[in-house]
Amino acid sequence: MSEFEPKIVAFVCNWCTYAGADLAGTNRTKYASNVKIIRFPCTGRIDFMLLMKAFENGADGVIVSGCHPNDCHYTSGNFHARRRWIIFRSLLDFIGFDTDRITFSWISAAEGNKWAQIVDEVTEKIKSKGPFTDLKKLNCTLLKQLYDEAITK
Amino acid sequence: MARIGVFICHCGENISATVNVTQVAEAASKLPGVTYATDYKYMCSDPGQTMIIEAIKEHKLTGIVVGSCSPRMHEATFRKVAEKAGINSYLCEIANLREQVSWVHPKSDATTQKAIDIVRTLVQKVKQDSPLYPIKVPVTKTALIIGGGIAGIQAALDIANAGHQVIIIEKSPSIGGHMSQLSETFPTLDCSQCILTPRMVEVAQHPNITLHTFAEVESISGFVGNFDVNIKLKARSVDLSKCTGCGTCWQKCPSKKIPDEFNEGLSDRTAIYTPFPQAVPNKPVIDRANCIWFLKGKCGLCKKNCPTGAIDYEMQDEIINIKVGAIVTATGFDIKHTDFFPEYGYGQYRNVIDGLQFERLASASGPTGGEIRRPSDGKIPEKIVFIACAGSRDKAKGIEYCSKICCMYTAKHAMLYKHKKPEGKAYVFYMDIRAAGKNYDEFVRRAIEKDEVLYIRGRVSRIYEKNDKLIVKGIDTLLNAQPIEIEADMVVLATAVVANKDAELLAQKMHISYDKHHFFSEAHPKLRPVETNTAGIMLAGACQTAKDIPDTVSQASAAASKVLGLFSSDEMTREPIVAVVNRMAPPQFTTCTGCLLCMEVCPYNAIEREEIRDRRTGDLIKVAAKVNAGLCQGCGTCVAFCRNKSIDLQGFSNQQMLSEVIALLNQPF
Amino acid sequence: MKIGYYPGCSLESSSKEYSKSLLAVAEKCGIIPEEIKGWSCCGASAAHNLNHDLAIVLPARTLAIAEEQGFTEILVPCAACYRRLAAAQYEVTTNEETHKKVESYLELKFSGKIKILSVIEFLQKYISPVADQYIVNNLNQKIACYYGCLLARPKETSTLKRTEDPLEMESVLEKTGAKLINWAFKTECCGASLSVSSTAIVAKLSGKIIENAVASGAESIVVACPMCHMNLDMRRPEIKKQIKKDLDIPVLFITQVLGLSMGIPADKLGLNNHFVSTKKVISSIVKKEA
Repeated sequence: MSEFEPKIVAFVCNWCTYAGADLAGTNRTKYASNVKIIRFPCTGRIDFMLLMKAFENGADGVIVSGCHPNDCHYTSGNFHARRRWIIFRSLLDFIGFDTDRITFSWISAAEGNKWAQIVDEVTEKIKSKGPFTDLKKLNCTLLKQLYDEAITK
Repeated sequence: MARIGVFICHCGENISATVNVTQVAEAASKLPGVTYATDYKYMCSDPGQTMIIEAIKEHKLTGIVVGSCSPRMHEATFRKVAEKAGINSYLCEIANLREQVSWVHPKSDATTQKAIDIVRTLVQKVKQDSPLYPIKVPVTKTALIIGGGIAGIQAALDIANAGHQVIIIEKSPSIGGHMSQLSETFPTLDCSQCILTPRMVEVAQHPNITLHTFAEVESISGFVGNFDVNIKLKARSVDLSKCTGCGTCWQKCPSKKIPDEFNEGLSDRTAIYTPFPQAVPNKPVIDRANCIWFLKGKCGLCKKNCPTGAIDYEMQDEIINIKVGAIVTATGFDIKHTDFFPEYGYGQYRNVIDGLQFERLASASGPTGGEIRRPSDGKIPEKIVFIACAGSRDKAKGIEYCSKICCMYTAKHAMLYKHKKPEGKAYVFYMDIRAAGKNYDEFVRRAIEKDEVLYIRGRVSRIYEKNDKLIVKGIDTLLNAQPIEIEADMVVLATAVVANKDAELLAQKMHISYDKHHFFSEAHPKLRPVETNTAGIMLAGACQTAKDIPDTVSQASAAASKVLGLFSSDEMTREPIVAVVNRMAPPQFTTCTGCLLCMEVCPYNAIEREEIRDRRTGDLIKVAAKVNAGLCQGCGTCVAFCRNKSIDLQGFSNQQMLSEVIALLNQPF
Repeated sequence: MKIGYYPGCSLESSSKEYSKSLLAVAEKCGIIPEEIKGWSCCGASAAHNLNHDLAIVLPARTLAIAEEQGFTEILVPCAACYRRLAAAQYEVTTNEETHKKVESYLELKFSGKIKILSVIEFLQKYISPVADQYIVNNLNQKIACYYGCLLARPKETSTLKRTEDPLEMESVLEKTGAKLINWAFKTECCGASLSVSSTAIVAKLSGKIIENAVASGAESIVVACPMCHMNLDMRRPEIKKQIKKDLDIPVLFITQVLGLSMGIPADKLGLNNHFVSTKKVISSIVKKEA
C-alpha cells in the first residue's frame, strides 16, 4: 500500500508569498511537492468559497498566505482576508469541518525559508490526517440517485 | 473555439534536470483546447521567441501558455512575443515550472506530474482570458526625493540636470546627512565637507530643485506616474524669507546646554540653532522641546534681537500637497551607539565612543577643533584602542550582517590619530579586514605599514575603568590565542550600521517591502538593485543596506536613470488588471444593487457611486458602483466582498480562478 | 503547590550555609520546598568532560524522578547543577532521538518539561512579592552582586535578561535598603573548578574580581553560586598572596543577605561558616523604622 500523498492547494498573493516561494526556488531550498500554488494579486481577492471548491474537487488541505499585516502591497487587502478567515473559520467549526486542514499564514517576499517550512509542516500534518473525504460524498451523481429513488417511490 | 499553444522551456538544464519537459508538453497536447504543444531549450532567447511567433501564426493560436521560470521574471517578455505575433498580450499566461517546481523538488515522477498539473491549470485560465488593452495615464514629470544626504543630493542633481522638476524633503533642518559629519573620507582622505558642500549649494540654487528641510512625509497615495503626496513642513519658528542667517539669535540664546545632535552629544547647542556652519539652508530652527519660550512663556530674546523680524513663535506645522511621478527613497542609516554594549560600559564610560563621535573629534569644525581629545577631561590620549565589528556579524546581538564600511573607516580613524599624534599608539582589534574597493586594501596596508597602527586579530570581551584608564580585555588569536590587556586612554567602537529608526513607518506609508532589519527591499537582489516592488519608487543609498560613499553615489545615479526612463514619455501605459462592474441591457442595466460595500473597502478610493438615470425623464432608476480604471490597482478586494458577484477583476476573474482550482485538481471541465 | 528541592552535593557540604539560609528565608515566607527523594549527582564538570551521554543522563534522571514524584517546579540553588539540569532539559526537549535514548538508559518515561528554577528565579517569583511583609532591617552596606558565568551563559539556558550586565540580583536585594553598586566584573570568570587543579589561576582571576569590586566602592560581595563563593572566600589567602593586597571584603550568599534583612539570626544563616569574616555585614544592620 503506497503512502498517501496529499493534494494541497495554496492560494497566495503575488507580492509577498509568491515572491517568497520564488526566493525559496532561487535559493534551491528543497521542500515537499504536494503543494501547488494558485496566484492571486492579493489575499483580499480570495473568495473563500474557492477553498470549499478545492476540497470538493479533491484537495486534502489548503494554505492561504499573504503579506504580513501592515505590509500589504494594496494597503489593506490582507486585513480583510484575515477578518474573513476568522468568521469563515467559526462557520466551518460550526458545521463540523476540520479547520485544521486549512492553514492561514503570513509570508513575506524575503521569507523563502518560511515558505519551505510551512509547506513541509502542512504536508506532514495533512499526511497524518489522511485523505479528506467529507465533501466528496456530496456530489451530483449521488444526489441524482437519491432524487430518482424519491421520485419512483 | 479555443486554440491554445503550450511552450515548455528547458531553461538550459534548470527545468529539464528534474522535470521531464517532453512528457509535460505531450500531456499538455492532449488537453481539450490545446492545438499545439512543444518544448525547447531556451524559450526566452531569440530563436525561442521566433518559434513561438511562428507557431502562433501557423496554427492560428488564440492564446499561449509558456512553462518557464517565474512570471515575475519573464511574463513581460512573453507578453511582448504574443503582441508581436498578432494576438493580445494578455492572452498569454506563464506556468512557473522553475522557481516553484524544478528548483525545489528532486527529479521524480511526482515532480513531472506537478509540472503537468500547473500547466493544465494555466491552460484553463488562458481559455477564460479576454483581450485586455493597456490603460494610458499621463505621467507627472516631477520627482520626489525623500532624504537630503549624499544619495538624495546626487539623485536630485541628475534628475534636475536632465530638465525635470525635483522636490527634496529632508527631516532635519539641513541637508547633508551623515557625510557632512565626517572629517575625511576613505580611501583618499578627502575632506568630506569640501566635496559635499559644493553639491549642497548646487542643490539649493538649482532652478529645477525645490528644497524643503525640516519636513517629513505625511502620506503617500496614488501609483507610478501619479503619486499624491502630503508633506508636513514642521514649524521652524523662523521665516525663511526674512532670515538672513546673521546668527544674532543663537548668539543671544540663553539655553546653551542642549546636547548637539550634529556633534553626536560631544558638545552642546542652543535652543535656536543652525546644525553646522555650512548648513543648507543656513538658517536656524527653534527646538521647541527645549526652548524657554515654548516651555515657560518667558525669554523671547531671539525675537527681540532679530534685525529682520524673522522669528515667528506662532508658526504652525503646515501640510502641503504635491503631485509627483516618481519617488526616490534616500533616507540613509543610523548607527548603534555605545549604550548598546553592556560589556563595553553600556554608554557610561565617557571615553568609550562610537565612530561618528570620533569623526566629530577629528573634524576641524568639531567640538575640539580637530584635536583628538578625551571627552572626560580633554586630555590628548596616548593610547587609543579601536574595536572593529562592534555589534555586527554577531547573532547574539541580533545583527548577523557585516556593516561594510567599518574596516575602512577604522583604518582611517587610526591613521588620522597617528597623523595628529605620531608618538601615540593605535591598536585595532579586528575579526577580518574587508577592504574590497578600489585602492581600499592599499589604504589599510598604509595604516599598518606606514602609520604603524597595530592590528590585533581577536575580539574584546570587556572594557572597564581603572583609575583614569580604560582596561581593554581582548585576545590575540594570531599569537597563540594569547589574552591581551591594554590600558587605553580612549576606545572607539566601530558600531553596527542599522536602518533609520523611522524606516518601518515610512515603508508602510509607501507600501514598499522591507526586511527584518528594516532595510528597504530591492525588487531583485542582483538584477534590480535600485527599484522596489512598488512601481515608481526607487531606492538609493544606505537605506537599502550598509554601503560606502562611492556605492551610494552610483546607486543614486542609477535610481535617477530609472526615474528619467519613466519620464521619457508623456504618457505611461498601465496594466489593465482592473476591476469592472458588470453592465448589461436595460431594464437590468447591472446586477449591482448599489450597496457600495466595495467602495468602502477599496484602499485607493477607486470606486464611485454612479446614478443610472432614465435618459428622457432624468428619474433615478438605480444606484450602482463604478470603478475608476485610472485609480484601480487591481487588488480585487472589492470582488471578494461583492455580495452578488457584480464586480469582477480583469485578469483574475471569478470564472478564471474557479477554473484554475478545478483544473489543478484534475477534474474534467 | 509543592516545589521540589534539589540541593546537589555542594549545598550538603562545602556550602551548607547556602542551603541553611535559603531554607530559612523560604520558611519565613511560608514556603517549604520538599527535597526530591533519591536525588543523585548532576555530573557537574566531571561528567561532560568524560562522556556526552553520561553528562545528559545524570541530570536528566533528576528531571525524571522529580516529574514522577509529582513536582511541577524544582528549585536548584547551585548554579552548576542548574546549568546541567537546564542543559539536559534543552537536549531532551529539542531532540526527540536524545529524549528516547535517555529514557531507555533510565528505563523511565518522562517529558523533561518540568520547570527548573534557579535561586534567582525562585527569589523573584516567590520571595520578592511578599518580601515587604517580612523585611524588618535595613542593611547599611554597599554591595557588589557577582553572578559568575553559569547563570549568564550560554544564551539558550540563561534566564537573565541582560547577560553582559545583569540586574536580577540587584532587583531582589533592592528591598533590603542596601546600595547596589555598578561594577564591570559581574560575569567574569572566577576560575571555577580550576580551584583544585590550578589554584594559581583561580587566585589571579578571582583576585581581579575582588580588586574591581573594592575599587568600585563595594563593602561586600553577594553571590548565588557555591563555586563562586568557594573561590572568592575560601581561596582568599591565595588571592591575597597573588594580588599582594590584604583585602578582607566579605562574600555572602544572596539568601544570607535577605535573611539578615528579614531579622533571621546570623547563626541560623550560617554566617559563621565563612573564611572571610562577615562581622562587618552583620553589624551594618539597622532596624527599619515602623
